[in-house]
Amino acid sequence: MPRDLIVDIQKQRPQFTLEVAFRSDHEPLGLLGTSGSGKSMTLRCIAGIETPTQGRIVLNGRVLFDSALGINLPSRERKVGYLFQHYALFPHLTVAQNIAYGLRGRSKAAIHRQVAEQLQQVQLIGFDHRYPHQLSGGQQQRVALARALAPNPELLLLDEPFSALDAHLRSELEKQLLKTLSRYPGLTLFVSHNLEEAYRVCQRLLVLADGKVVAEGPKQTIFDHPGTLSLAQLTGCRNLSPLQRQSNHTLAALDWGCILQTLEPVRLTHTHIGIRAHRLTFPDQATQPNTFPAWVAWTSETPHRLSLYLKLGQPPSDHEDYHLQAEVFKDRWAEMNGRPFPWLVHLDPAQLLLLEGVSRG
Amino acid sequence: MIAPPLLLSLRVILVASVFILGLGLGAGTLLARQRFPGHIVVSTLLNLPLVLPPSVVGYGLLLTLGRGSPLKEWFGIDLLFTWQAAAIAATVVALPLMVESTRAAIASVNPELEAAARTLGASELEVLGRITLPLAYRGILAGFGLSLARGLGEFGATLMVAGSIPGRTQTMPLAIYDAVQRQDYTLANALVLIMTSLAFGLLWWVRWLEGTRNPNLH
Repeated sequence: MPRDLIVDIQKQRPQFTLEVAFRSDHEPLGLLGTSGSGKSMTLRCIAGIETPTQGRIVLNGRVLFDSALGINLPSRERKVGYLFQHYALFPHLTVAQNIAYGLRGRSKAAIHRQVAEQLQQVQLIGFDHRYPHQLSGGQQQRVALARALAPNPELLLLDEPFSALDAHLRSELEKQLLKTLSRYPGLTLFVSHNLEEAYRVCQRLLVLADGKVVAEGPKQTIFDHPGTLSLAQLTGCRNLSPLQRQSNHTLAALDWGCILQTLEPVRLTHTHIGIRAHRLTFPDQATQPNTFPAWVAWTSETPHRLSLYLKLGQPPSDHEDYHLQAEVFKDRWAEMNGRPFPWLVHLDPAQLLLLEGVSRG
Repeated sequence: MIAPPLLLSLRVILVASVFILGLGLGAGTLLARQRFPGHIVVSTLLNLPLVLPPSVVGYGLLLTLGRGSPLKEWFGIDLLFTWQAAAIAATVVALPLMVESTRAAIASVNPELEAAARTLGASELEVLGRITLPLAYRGILAGFGLSLARGLGEFGATLMVAGSIPGRTQTMPLAIYDAVQRQDYTLANALVLIMTSLAFGLLWWVRWLEGTRNPNLH
């Protein structure tokens, strides 16, 4: 029996059309996209909460939905677990009753054992008789996860499971979730608008924009070769410029006012050039190609890193006057700070992203 | 004689309450969760008795129950001027309060909770019985209390379809009218006191339901 999920659906809404097709296997698949891109709608169609206008959903060889065959299994028969963004815990039931909700048709003793096992898995032993409102956000999330996993669903859908949590709880719960998922034998879809989170949790990514799939593949490939302008933006590339092709490996970056050498050949279809902020380096001498004098127009701090806003070629007129954003660790900044301007900034030809302006697919 | 109208009123409201509960829950749930064609017409029709004069409701019931009606002509059932007709009149005028309260209470339950229950294998009946109704029961009970108070106080439509036959169809509101006509103020005072106390008790219960939140819901 195949262990996979095949989705090929369309859903028409007055202002929005969802049109997604993908296949997912035993590795968690991350659905990445901005809000309104159709991620949650896709999950809701798979779980049977929404009905697609047409298409097919097949889970482990079992047809859940097929508009041509007139099949539309109700939610309760799909064996699909759903962790809702705001958990949807039943407020009038205790933690134990919430977890036991999906365990129907078993003996009292079996249910009791299962609930105890789940509580142990999510490290909430002794919380059986609490009500959801007596728990912290992180505890509620773990109860919701335990409740979704208790009936052993063939597919687990995680809808932005960390979005309702404080930052300091996220990394802890993310670790727990990864641990739980590693023991869970079924398939997993993980929806997120946070690319770093999706990157950490999933091996493969599916990127959605405006209800369409704009990219699918191993996460590293998507980050290293976004291929299109929109995907580069979605994956957090902050330095983007229109380009003018000059030869097979030379182009003018129009917004940055510089000529760049590339490793990858520049094709006629390439319209933009990009480079990720953390890929910019600051050499002492201009021995390599793509090295330019630069001035710092503005800096902004995060706990461990510093964002530098750089102007190439001449000193900036004000804080808004910059070409590139670079990201450096604080210790590196401590070494560099105080050096006289101009500095040298290097755009490694191997790190340049050649992009097409229109999305493929 | 206090006892006959009091007992009759209780019997009428007891029977009416069964219909109010059944029909009110059914219609309220349907209107809260289903968008069927004509749902606005249905909810408007159900609400009409709230604003129509009792004589219009009574006339409508006469047409429904009396000569020429399917009930009488096809099945030979004649309910006019029986206490059952009084129960039907009480049901019809009290139902809008029950339907509206139920609809509002169920609409306030987060649909995500119902969706979650379905993904956990619950049938529609289980969702209703274990999730929706337990979460909405205070609002539903408050509507039920209001309906009971309204049904107990029903006068006009009851007079038209059940008459005011002492001991047979003369409920408390009708008995009070009758006692005042006969200038039997002792009886009128006693019945007014009972009616007012019952209504006060019911409304107090409704306020209490609305005022105290279920401690487990936040």
